[in-house]
Amino acid sequence: MKRRQFIQQSTAATALVGLGGLGLQSFSATAKKITILHTNDVHSHIDPFGPDDGRNANKGGVARRATLVDSIRKENPNTLLLDAGDIFQGTPYFNYYGGELEFKLMSMLKYDLATIGNHDFDNGIDGLYAQLPHADFEFVSANYDFSNTVMDTHVKPYKIFVKDGIKIGIFGLGIQLEGLVDKNMYKETVYNSPIEIAQDMSRILKEEQSCDLVICLSHIGYNYKKYPDRVSDLNLARATKDIDLIIGGHTHTFLPKPTIEKNSAGKNVLVNQVGAYGLYLGKIDFYFEPGKDVKADGASIIV
Amino acid sequence: MTIKHILKLCLLLLIFSCNNDSHLTKIEGKRLDIDENIATNQTIEDFIKPYRESVNKNLDSVISYAPDTYSKSDGELNTAIGNLMADAVYDEGNIVFNKRTGKNIDFVLLNHGGIRAIISKGNITPRTAYEVMPFENSVVVVALKGEQVLQMMTYLSKAKRAHPVSRQLQLTLNKNGDVSSATVNGEPINKEKAYYVASNDYLYNGGDRMTFFHPNDSLYVLDYKIRNVLIDYFKKKDTLNPKRDNRFIQLNN
Repeated sequence: MKRRQFIQQSTAATALVGLGGLGLQSFSATAKKITILHTNDVHSHIDPFGPDDGRNANKGGVARRATLVDSIRKENPNTLLLDAGDIFQGTPYFNYYGGELEFKLMSMLKYDLATIGNHDFDNGIDGLYAQLPHADFEFVSANYDFSNTVMDTHVKPYKIFVKDGIKIGIFGLGIQLEGLVDKNMYKETVYNSPIEIAQDMSRILKEEQSCDLVICLSHIGYNYKKYPDRVSDLNLARATKDIDLIIGGHTHTFLPKPTIEKNSAGKNVLVNQVGAYGLYLGKIDFYFEPGKDVKADGASIIV
Repeated sequence: MTIKHILKLCLLLLIFSCNNDSHLTKIEGKRLDIDENIATNQTIEDFIKPYRESVNKNLDSVISYAPDTYSKSDGELNTAIGNLMADAVYDEGNIVFNKRTGKNIDFVLLNHGGIRAIISKGNITPRTAYEVMPFENSVVVVALKGEQVLQMMTYLSKAKRAHPVSRQLQLTLNKNGDVSSATVNGEPINKEKAYYVASNDYLYNGGDRMTFFHPNDSLYVLDYKIRNVLIDYFKKKDTLNPKRDNRFIQLNN
């Protein structure tokens, strides 16, 4: 690490010597911004809620989400759109079309990546597999082992995106299926402990793959008040390091703004979740600047 | 190497070192509302439209008629809507169960909380079934010993809610609320006999603290959603005629 920094500094010095005063100017022009957009637990809510709905009247709707995502992508092409699972189940669209429309629309909105929620098994693992041809985006899950199922090779533990030279590593986490989903539905899917897997994933993405940003796409739930020790996004944030952002789902937690939690190394981690049903879109902007020293606990956070 | 080459190399290194030198300096997070203030994307809307029309056409097709409005609060220990649901699970579920096993269901137990909407007077459509049963629960048949069926009767006597039971069961409580008689197909419940009780997977797994389904001799998963039971049942009846009756009652004296 020390050696790499030294080399970088010395090459920069060489460059400055070679180019004279030009260097400094071009540096300041390379500030970068990565935008992460996210949804979770949309549960087949394709149409907006009707005007008579008791709780969410006139809210949500995929066609509106498309407009919003488009305008954000126009403003910043270096944008990723992610979903934290439970795409399926909740309106007759799912019962009639088995998730086909959900995946087709997410593809039209150019979703980049999703993880798998417990309800995505509602038509069985075969039902999920059958809809994969309709998804132009990929799925990540690091703690579900699909080796002995039809989903084998169709779900990767993580995916790395490079946007404007910034390397973004995203891994997925799923909730314990036993007791939540019928075994006939998830079949031979093996659930592994999210914390250990996340520690492993963040090491691989940060140290081996040298990612600038590490994001966890989680469907394990924000936190469980009655069972504070149960594995959750907040516990995950505290027990790991090198994760910059945890995007959650499952608990339908409507966070008005992201939560800032301290990780095992004392650095800040952002945890966010936008409730359910496509009523909101989460938006996290990461700003990068060249050669600037960062405070010990990380970047400044404005939420 | 000429000066030109060196310059090019320097430039390359410069670009390289810039990228590697990027530091995360600031993070901004916010939640954006998706509501009527955002315009509809017409391409997406046009894509959804045929799906929506097809679903609605099916959901709103008339499959039966209700001469009255039925609610789960219409009776203390049994209601017309609950009796309809339990009898529908018996009639439709038993067709599948009998075909598979050659046996017959003895009776059905559902839960009062599982009736999620009223049935309104007028046309019955598949949408009615979605409203009454929005969840994905499906029918299971459990082989239970008579002793557990008696535990179930005690549970019902204590719960004092109109948990739906099918017409084969007759449960009478005395004025103190204890079980005074319990029969299945007119016969008193026999401790030693095995009964095939149909319910839904939610209750089988302990929902509403119904613990009497375990242990059991065998479980038959019918892969038949309660909602589809209702749709199939409605389709067979021109007019629904559910009644509150005497299947679960309490005596006054």
